[in-house]
Amino acid sequence: MIQTASKNYEIENTEMRQMYANTILELAQKNPNVIALEADLMSAISTSKIAKQIPNQLINCGIMEANMMGVAAGLSLTGKIPYVHTFGQFATRRAFDQLFVSGAYAKTNIKILGSDAGVTAEHNGGTHMTFEDLGLVRLIPNTIVYEVSDSSMLGYLLRKIEKEHGIHYIRTIRKNAVKIYNDGETFETGKGKVLREGGDVTIIASGIMVVESLKAADQLKKQGIEATVIDMFSIKPIDRELIVKYAEKTKAVVTAENHNVIGGLGSAVAEVLSEHCPTKMKRIGVREKFGQVGKVDYLKGVYQLTEKDIAESALSLI
Amino acid sequence: MGINLQKVERFRDEIRLMTLKELHHLGFGHYGGSLSIVEALAVLYGEVMKVDPKNPNWEERDYFILSKGHGGPGLYATLALKGYFPVDVLYTLNQNGTTLPSHPDRNLTPGVDMTTGSLGQGISAAVGVALSHKLSNKDNFTYCIVGDGELNEGECWEAFQFAAHHKLNHLFVLVDDNKKQLDGPTKDIIDPLDFEEKFNAFGFYTMKVDGRSLEQIYDAIQRGKEQSNKPVAIILDTIKAQGVPYLEEKADNHHIRPSYEDEKAILAVINELENILGKVVS
Repeated sequence: MIQTASKNYEIENTEMRQMYANTILELAQKNPNVIALEADLMSAISTSKIAKQIPNQLINCGIMEANMMGVAAGLSLTGKIPYVHTFGQFATRRAFDQLFVSGAYAKTNIKILGSDAGVTAEHNGGTHMTFEDLGLVRLIPNTIVYEVSDSSMLGYLLRKIEKEHGIHYIRTIRKNAVKIYNDGETFETGKGKVLREGGDVTIIASGIMVVESLKAADQLKKQGIEATVIDMFSIKPIDRELIVKYAEKTKAVVTAENHNVIGGLGSAVAEVLSEHCPTKMKRIGVREKFGQVGKVDYLKGVYQLTEKDIAESALSLI
Repeated sequence: MGINLQKVERFRDEIRLMTLKELHHLGFGHYGGSLSIVEALAVLYGEVMKVDPKNPNWEERDYFILSKGHGGPGLYATLALKGYFPVDVLYTLNQNGTTLPSHPDRNLTPGVDMTTGSLGQGISAAVGVALSHKLSNKDNFTYCIVGDGELNEGECWEAFQFAAHHKLNHLFVLVDDNKKQLDGPTKDIIDPLDFEEKFNAFGFYTMKVDGRSLEQIYDAIQRGKEQSNKPVAIILDTIKAQGVPYLEEKADNHHIRPSYEDEKAILAVINELENILGKVVS
């Protein structure tokens, strides 16, 4: 178990987009092969500063995500290291075949940031709200899929994947996360982070649902229930050993994701458990619904993504 | 310095012969679109491109991407004859476990620069390669053959806008304008209107040539290299199944399982080319 950075769920000072832009700028300044690609969302993710400082390493592809993915593949053929950003639904739903064929099937090297995870797309609404991206990318052979929960993690992973060949998809929110990790924390692909230990139930979460799960564990504790909370930021590969270990220990597992319950974290955990350690489980996530406009707190209520939903699911398993 | 016509004519005939032999050996395949690019491949690999078959990943090479990936058999014949792999490997086309699948795979076949087959995608990758060289101030050229039917795909036109915006003058797009796509004449399915006008409007330095003329293709490439501000489009006026007159006349010649009559026509051309060349492979 690691110590979380803030006991009171403090909001970070650094927005996720600032962390992305600052980290890519730093990487690009050190390595001329690092190229950031945007599809007319530079301003939304703060990479304009890269364009100002090293214009040759920020290519604004315009509103053409399919071509952007192909251009990234072409850049990688010649040794460049493309970091592609767009909203998650454009990176996956819109450019899926490009990501599949020119990316993974062709074994090229593309790092993708899909922003505005799930309900955090807020006022952009149903067209822009993706509850499918993790599932889509997870389906493609040999991809690496992360959902980050705070800016320290995002910065760490962006640096880590620079030297790793392949298709890496990082799902993130754009604005401020709750601070979970101390600076200097390290993250390993395929290894979850145990943020809280308890013997009665295991809650496995990713992204913004990690904090909801920690809060749910606080609620449960008041009722005498001790919950383990795991930040399963590495959706693929997933930490099978850790899932099995805590499923055996607690005999009850709840997953929590700001994503469709089909295809993402809940599915991935269910697959592990059903094959390796059949365990009672519940999945918190979006069920058979499209997105819509609204504030995050409202939308969490609509899609039943709150700490209360998580705690109730946990109780129902015990 | 002009084209060594005699040499390239022989290379063209060898490519056509081996394309026919590998497809005939398999028994079916994309005859139409493999044959219509033979002349372009002969000029590119015979006279124009800087490549080293012994070192397929040589960084200083010119890149070639066959965006219309179903022309793979034509490319494979070219690469084999060029020495990237033994010519008899061509007879493994599409056999179980082959290194030569219908559509090119850069991870399977030496000399294939990009995996293609999902139409519209190769051109985006070609644009990425050309951009990369421009960003690094390198003078490698990138050649990309797209199909006229493939240009139905919106992604192609995204890529063309991008190429023109970035002034990728070392990018050469060769359009195999064979006037047909899988389901029939392009003008009946999605009328392409005038490719020259369209490419000009999209900011390309555009030329239209007889896609059967080695000299015209060569000269167009040389002219394209003389300008420094635009990507180059060369519209190749070709015939689907070019070089096998009986198949050229066939309405449905995209993917062919030869009938008795087709078979006779194919074998006649194989025979004729072997007489001209002597057998390339025993």
